[in-house]
Amino acid sequence: MEFDDTELGHDVLEHFRSATRAWLEANCPKEMRGPASSEDQVYWGGRRAQFASDAQRAWFERMVVRGWTVPEWPREYGGAGLDVAHASILREEMSRLQCRAPLMSFGISMLGPALMRFASETQKMEHLPRIARGEIRWCQGYSEPGAGSDLASLNTCAEDRGDHFLVSGQKIWTSYADLADWIFCLVRTDPAAERHKGIGFLLIDMAGQGVSTRPIRLISGTSPFCETFFENVRVPKGNLVGSAGGGWEIAKYLLTHERESIGDMSILPPGVARLHKHAILAIGLEHGRLTDGVLRAELSRWEVDSRAFQATLQRLREQATSARGLGAFSSVLKYYGTELNKRKEDLAMSIAGVRGLRWSNQAGAADPSGDTARAWLRSKGNSIEGGTSEIQLNIIAKHLLQLPGA
Amino acid sequence: MRYSLNEEQQLLQDSAGRLLDLRSPVSAARALRDAADENGFSRELWSEVVKLGWSGILIPEALGGADLGYVAAGIIAEQCGRTLAALPFLSTAVTAVTALLQGGTTEQRQSILPRIAAGECLVALAIDEHPRHAPERISTSAVSERNGYRLSGQKIFVLDGNASDYLIVSARLTDPGPDAGGSTALFLVESARPGVEIERTLMIDSRNVADIHLTDVRLTDEHRLSPERAGRQLLESALDAGRALLAAELLGMARECLQRTTRYLCQRKQFGRRLAEFQALQHRLAHLFCEVELAASIAQAACVAIQDNHEDLRTLVSAAKAKCGEVAMLAADEALQMHGGIGMTDELDIGLFVKRIRSANETYGDVTYHRDRVATQYGF
Repeated sequence: MEFDDTELGHDVLEHFRSATRAWLEANCPKEMRGPASSEDQVYWGGRRAQFASDAQRAWFERMVVRGWTVPEWPREYGGAGLDVAHASILREEMSRLQCRAPLMSFGISMLGPALMRFASETQKMEHLPRIARGEIRWCQGYSEPGAGSDLASLNTCAEDRGDHFLVSGQKIWTSYADLADWIFCLVRTDPAAERHKGIGFLLIDMAGQGVSTRPIRLISGTSPFCETFFENVRVPKGNLVGSAGGGWEIAKYLLTHERESIGDMSILPPGVARLHKHAILAIGLEHGRLTDGVLRAELSRWEVDSRAFQATLQRLREQATSARGLGAFSSVLKYYGTELNKRKEDLAMSIAGVRGLRWSNQAGAADPSGDTARAWLRSKGNSIEGGTSEIQLNIIAKHLLQLPGA
Repeated sequence: MRYSLNEEQQLLQDSAGRLLDLRSPVSAARALRDAADENGFSRELWSEVVKLGWSGILIPEALGGADLGYVAAGIIAEQCGRTLAALPFLSTAVTAVTALLQGGTTEQRQSILPRIAAGECLVALAIDEHPRHAPERISTSAVSERNGYRLSGQKIFVLDGNASDYLIVSARLTDPGPDAGGSTALFLVESARPGVEIERTLMIDSRNVADIHLTDVRLTDEHRLSPERAGRQLLESALDAGRALLAAELLGMARECLQRTTRYLCQRKQFGRRLAEFQALQHRLAHLFCEVELAASIAQAACVAIQDNHEDLRTLVSAAKAKCGEVAMLAADEALQMHGGIGMTDELDIGLFVKRIRSANETYGDVTYHRDRVATQYGF
């Protein structure tokens, strides 16, 4: 049932749906359908990017031409200028055919929306189309060894040297910094100012002198996380987004987008075997029920919460106007989505039993054992990265419940 | 837009909410309880909302209804939950109407539905026979006779049974014939028919619930709901409509508990500070807020699924009933705990919510019943 569409609007949308379906069927190569089974099947773009296959290249290039790597972005920035209704039809049709995203990128999910809102026109024209076309791979420089949950205590400094900033300091948890071309950073521009007000939002080309990275190994094994070091890096003044003291506001806005994408995590791409299917295979049925009745109950409880979470994602997306985003509601998604994902991985380990304990030192090795445990261990970080669950609850208490002193 | 309200629905929500705040605030539910009201609801209020189309909310316009659909019905149920408004809405306007719309014969639909829409009669679903909901386990028998059936058995927990003019009774057919034997059938029975004995039972939420004793009640073929539609399926459809609406009502109560508790913590001072300033309590409220948001989404999804006759309807309805039940119980517990001693007193309204939440949670299957049903729907 369509609630608010006129008959005419409905026809236009249905026409878009059938045209989109036909185009996707003709243009999305068979190899690009179904979930990616390894990291190299996901295309992240960037200066050093290589296509894993001709199909991956073809799919990416066709989508770029249509502006469908960033369907909701305006055309002048490389998007297709779709409104929420059209974009959601595109998403549904891609999901129906199980089309993979042609381009994964922090530029799309995080930096883009922030630039759209806070950057100068020159900066937008310089960076947005290159994000849309996958030419530059971005990473995020927020956390520091001494600034985790208390992000505003960061002290990587950007000293004003007239025509440029001189940047020195260290960032940590910079995902894929070793593969990225540029980094968007929070830097202290004014050590004397009130701590939220002395922070700037700076775009830094990592090819420059003085930038280095080092990967971090986690309890789950190798990880995309890095430490990133800046030693007297010269950054042009034109790379500052907004005012020298306006970085915190941008950071907060951008974090809401990060939270949304992390919150999405517990939603499986269609085609990935569902948890209960694994359980049926591993545990077996008796009279149509899993033989472990208590595990069955836990699993069912998870499925109920998962359905409720999916419905919440859909509802909040409908309510959010694309310009304003979800605001503090993204904390609801981040908090609940990551906790749900941790529960899922716990259940996956229970289903696997002692098989889940097997380990190999290399992720994605020929022997896939270890993947269950690796995913379980990795999921423990979900409620820490991108703002801990406790920080999300603080945000909800303050902005959605308006509690005093929160 | 499917899971968020459009302008028309927003208006309905606002006007229903305002009306109930004015005419049926929580103090009205308290007054009905204290007066040990025979009906358990206010006939006056019912006539008033009948004029607004609530009784005919699912009934087609041609039969005198407002035909606003299940999403609109869910909006009203949520508002009723918020103020604990007791009305024969769920029994008559939702479950009975759904059964009649989907399984009533043409004669039944044309004779009863316009009268329901006009507020001239109440119809109750007489389904349950066991303390824990198990609608497929039916001992009530309908023995075939010349020109009809003879109905015998006992039903419990019949919502608004004491006030109803008609009952829709589930029974097992004991026809020795080749196909009908053992299958489920529904009958539309006049409450005043000889052999029907209705006994009101008092429940913790002071709502109108009755036990029904059926002793050799003579029925004709005209009493039976359409035999073309399998009784078991029809019963599930009527119950699913009720479950989705109960989910919405539970959501309304959960929201109200959260709101009242938030307000209280912002006023109450201990250790020289407002309780709301303590992070241990802030995080509990914030967690509850998230749970209520999830409950709201799945309740809406269930109403939309019924409206659209979605293929996944059964799963979504059970997910909604399970989730909203769980969240409302959490909200009730948190409200009690965070109000402290005062919340335990009868003077405060929190207890009224705790009692109605428990009761609505048990109605037509509780949390574990519906988690079990979700697992079955998924095939595990």
